Amino acid sequence: MTIDEILKRITDKFDTRVLKINRKSDKRAYVDIYPKDIVDFTKYLFKEIGLRFNIASAVDDFDGIEILYHFSNDQEGFVLTVRAILKDKQDPHIDTITKVTKSAWWIEREIHELFGVHFNGNEDLRTLLLPDDWPKGVYPMRKNFVVPKRDSRKS
Amino acid sequence: MSHKPTIPIGPYHPLQEEPEFYKLVVDGERIVDVDVRIGWNHRGIEKISESKSFDQSIFIVERICGICSSSHPIACVQAIEDISGIEVPDRALYIRTITQELERLHSHMLWLGLAGHFLGYNTVFMWGWKYREPICDIMETVTGNRQNYAMMKVGGVRRDIEKEHVSYILTRLDEFAKQLDMLKGAILDDPVLHARTKGVGILTKEKAIDYAALGPTARASGVDIDVRRDHPYAAYGRIKFNVITQEAGDVFAKTVVRILEMFESVSIIRQCLDKMPKGPIDSNPKDIPPGEGIGQVEAPRGECFHYIKSDGTNSPLRHKVRAPTYMNFPTFRETVMGQTVSDATIILAAIDPCYCCTERMLIVDSKDRDLMGVQELIRLSQEKTRKIASSLRGGRSPTKQSLF
Repeated sequence: MTIDEILKRITDKFDTRVLKINRKSDKRAYVDIYPKDIVDFTKYLFKEIGLRFNIASAVDDFDGIEILYHFSNDQEGFVLTVRAILKDKQDPHIDTITKVTKSAWWIEREIHELFGVHFNGNEDLRTLLLPDDWPKGVYPMRKNFVVPKRDSRKS
Repeated sequence: MSHKPTIPIGPYHPLQEEPEFYKLVVDGERIVDVDVRIGWNHRGIEKISESKSFDQSIFIVERICGICSSSHPIACVQAIEDISGIEVPDRALYIRTITQELERLHSHMLWLGLAGHFLGYNTVFMWGWKYREPICDIMETVTGNRQNYAMMKVGGVRRDIEKEHVSYILTRLDEFAKQLDMLKGAILDDPVLHARTKGVGILTKEKAIDYAALGPTARASGVDIDVRRDHPYAAYGRIKFNVITQEAGDVFAKTVVRILEMFESVSIIRQCLDKMPKGPIDSNPKDIPPGEGIGQVEAPRGECFHYIKSDGTNSPLRHKVRAPTYMNFPTFRETVMGQTVSDATIILAAIDPCYCCTERMLIVDSKDRDLMGVQELIRLSQEKTRKIASSLRGGRSPTKQSLF
């Protein structure tokens, strides 16, 4: 299934639930969606069409926390990225996709601790990378987090 | 859980190269549950990269891993080039391909040596690491360094391959190919190795797809994916090579995939040196406009994925790095369960987690508070191989021709 076919199928199937489609090149496409639809999209792309889940990346941008779910088609050689923007930076939350694919197990834990995004329905949101005594409510990958300067005289 | 033998693991141990905390729940000899805690050496490279310029971030990602110090930079420059479609001269694409394949060769040899050691085949360990040397020498000729090559830049590469170096590279490569052939026979025709690794730590095709496993880990389970063929980058679109797959999904299949892949790598390098066109090696791009880009590279362990978002300034707004082990690691939940403790070492090593995660294991059996360190685990693993070997020989002691 080529990139155009897949984009057409997505528009046909999801219709008004697709906010924007950006077909950047023959190898890259970005589809913006509402956060509430992420599980339906993942089910369709991963289970029905059989794309491979690359990874999710979170971005702390002006509009809110963006979460990008990258999917690869290894037969035709392109990457389809589904973007959900969580507008509420104070309490961002989105449904978990770990019920659809186990490959999102670690990345949801990582985004949870680094960006403070809560994944509804994911029971395993233990810390993955940060130390156990890391203060609550401090999210190091947010733009407002300033890396503390190390005082060489103290160490 | 409270009544089962508890399993604390690591995180610090004098033998460890990197700290990691494993938790194996055992019922006698059997492993019934397993978990891992990483992050003891989290360096915040993604955060650092946001404060660096695009040129500097390539050097930062080069230092993520000493073994993949060509894969990460290529993925990074490809992501930046993808933002605005920067063109790269043909000659640079061929040089990128050559460094990539040299890296795969030295990484697979390194793994082979370590795997041999864990099974008690110390000859394989010595051979693997000795025959890896010509590759490091070639790497030094091509890039100037054995590791951390600093070859990649946005729009091209930093160093050219000189004409007089080509014959040297080919000679060393021939030398390596001969030794590789011998090694292949010695390892794949060995009955003890078959008995020791076949049917051990099986990852089924369904599970490999569900966990989105990558590289040799996926290919050994019959998942036919390879970024080099599926998403051609550098010069891979113009080179002929086979993607090696196996169906069994066990430790033996993973070994076969890696060994056969090395022959493909040697052939790719030869083709590149033959076909490489003359010309510039750098297109000297000036500005990086706002936008986002993705770079994918087939690192020795699987797909290495970089996502970069630029807001038009000189540094990335976001730089996401996903190394292949990040996806391969969680599959140990499927492969280790139900296996014996003596097999845990080689099963965990079989996904080739950057160096060897088995060096970070410590097992505590809550019943009698037995502490088990890494050496004890390796000894258990080696002992099992010896037992199999002696039963195959009908109880006779190892002969001189044996690999022990």
